[in-house]
Amino acid sequence: MATNSDWAVEAHGLVKVFGENRAVDGVDLSVRAGTVYGVLGPNGAGKSTTISMLATLLRPDAGSATIFGHDVQREAQIVRQLIGVTAQFASVDEKLSATENLIIFSRLLGLSRSQARRKSAALLDEFGLTEAATRPLAKFSGGMRRRLDLAASLIAQPPLIFLDEPTTGLDPRTRSQMWDTIRRLVNEGSTVLLTTQYLEEADQLADRIAVIDTGRVVAEGTAEELKASVGESSLQLRLADGGDVDEARRVIRETLGVDAVISPEAGRITAPMADPDRVTDLFIRFRETGIRLSEMSVQKPTLDEVFLTLTGHGVDSDSVAAETIQKEEVHA
Amino acid sequence: MTAITTATLEGRPLKNHVSLGQSVRNSFTMAYRGILKIRRTPEQLIDVTVQPIIFTLMFTYIFGGAIAGSIADYLPMIIPGILVQTVITGSVVTGTQLREDMDKGVFDRFKSLPIARIAPLAGALLADTVRYAIATTLTLVMGVILGWRPGGGLGHVVLAAVLVIVCAWAISWIFAFFGVVARSASSVQGISFLVLFPLTFLSNAFVPADTLPNWLKAFVNANPVSHLVTAVRDLANTGTVTGDLWLALLGAAVIVAVFAPLTVRSYMRKA
Repeated sequence: MATNSDWAVEAHGLVKVFGENRAVDGVDLSVRAGTVYGVLGPNGAGKSTTISMLATLLRPDAGSATIFGHDVQREAQIVRQLIGVTAQFASVDEKLSATENLIIFSRLLGLSRSQARRKSAALLDEFGLTEAATRPLAKFSGGMRRRLDLAASLIAQPPLIFLDEPTTGLDPRTRSQMWDTIRRLVNEGSTVLLTTQYLEEADQLADRIAVIDTGRVVAEGTAEELKASVGESSLQLRLADGGDVDEARRVIRETLGVDAVISPEAGRITAPMADPDRVTDLFIRFRETGIRLSEMSVQKPTLDEVFLTLTGHGVDSDSVAAETIQKEEVHA
Repeated sequence: MTAITTATLEGRPLKNHVSLGQSVRNSFTMAYRGILKIRRTPEQLIDVTVQPIIFTLMFTYIFGGAIAGSIADYLPMIIPGILVQTVITGSVVTGTQLREDMDKGVFDRFKSLPIARIAPLAGALLADTVRYAIATTLTLVMGVILGWRPGGGLGHVVLAAVLVIVCAWAISWIFAFFGVVARSASSVQGISFLVLFPLTFLSNAFVPADTLPNWLKAFVNANPVSHLVTAVRDLANTGTVTGDLWLALLGAAVIVAVFAPLTVRSYMRKA
């Protein structure tokens, strides 16, 4: 088996400096073919810059990267034949209709006039845009634009697709439609590298996740591994009789050896759970002492907590919004 | 997943270079895009429709008596001059529009596609020849309405028109270069007019060069625009091909040879 088929992306020590700002500061990435890889990080972390370098749009200042074994700098034209890029800001022509956009991209990719027409019609149908096909894009909603953008990236059926924040700014319904589309792509065998600032999105879609902050990869692994790296799960209990709370706490201290936390609502207890096996003992003791449970669940750490732990700062929605506006201004 | 990758690789031969044929095809697709955009926003044609009409009327009636003695005698001289001046002015818009266009996200996609790097630029410039053709036709028709009867006949007038359009396309590479390097569309316009005015007004387009002071005459005679104007006059009025035609084409070729690579290089370097 040729090695260049195993790894869709291999990047070593990618660096990109803009003036004083080391936007990407030594990023390593390895993406196995046929998987979804999530690059998670706040705005300004270097996600888009990394993608731009992998997609041959920006020249790295240091480091190297290969796409299916082809060097992004020396074999840029080959790499471009293997990738589809959906950038953060819709890369379609505002003044033209959806059909015209797709036909032009198809023609550029070497399809004949009739092939281009058929391909465009098929993609518009697939992305539910047939009705809006001849309308100018100015009248398109954000979600429709993103779908058209993604459709345009799929014309050549590239084995690797870059999605830069595919759902930023979309409403929840459109977002879940986009997720379905991405899942379908992977089922059809494509490799997807997506960036996101939504922890839930990475959790939902990605097989592996790289957490990136200030231009560096601060953690890498599956969502489960990342969560596990942050700490243990916690056991959440609700007692049938709120009066048993003190007794329950005592039992937990004796069996699990930890201090449980009582939630403001009476009868709700949260206890760190390092060893799931010992929970059996706890439940047996509860039965023996006559403490009845009305509810029990195990809470795993969220990616939010992972993020906070790894970067020392959470994803602050206000600053994200402010930075997005700044970015848009720069873009305009 | 390995199978899928190899299937794609086998389905399309991967090449790391773009053939000349593909470059030309890509450029024509981009030109098609440009023409679609012109059709969508006809208001951007105002400079190549209104300007030829106004300028032809204005210059003919203001300068006609003073420079050539009568309007009828001035027409063979001024119509080629106005023609060249109007069409070259129209090519400035190429730069500003390219700048506006490049700021849009769609250019990111063009860069990520396996197409000739020059195509988005060459295509935009090619589409603009439609604008030059409109300006050329209107100026010539205005001339005929005012009483100009080109002695070279229709064939030579058409030849002259094609010459002007080709040269304007070449000159538009200068403005395309400004379009690529400048930070905003309005600054493109500013720089472009700084180049445009000496180029068109310090020529023999409106007045014979004989009356000028020597130092200015030297510049006017060296200006490729002067050669272009003279070539158009010779073609349209007498149906003769003179050395000026070749000098004008040489000037055009030099401009393309210098500015096309410069423009493409700066375009590639911009993020």
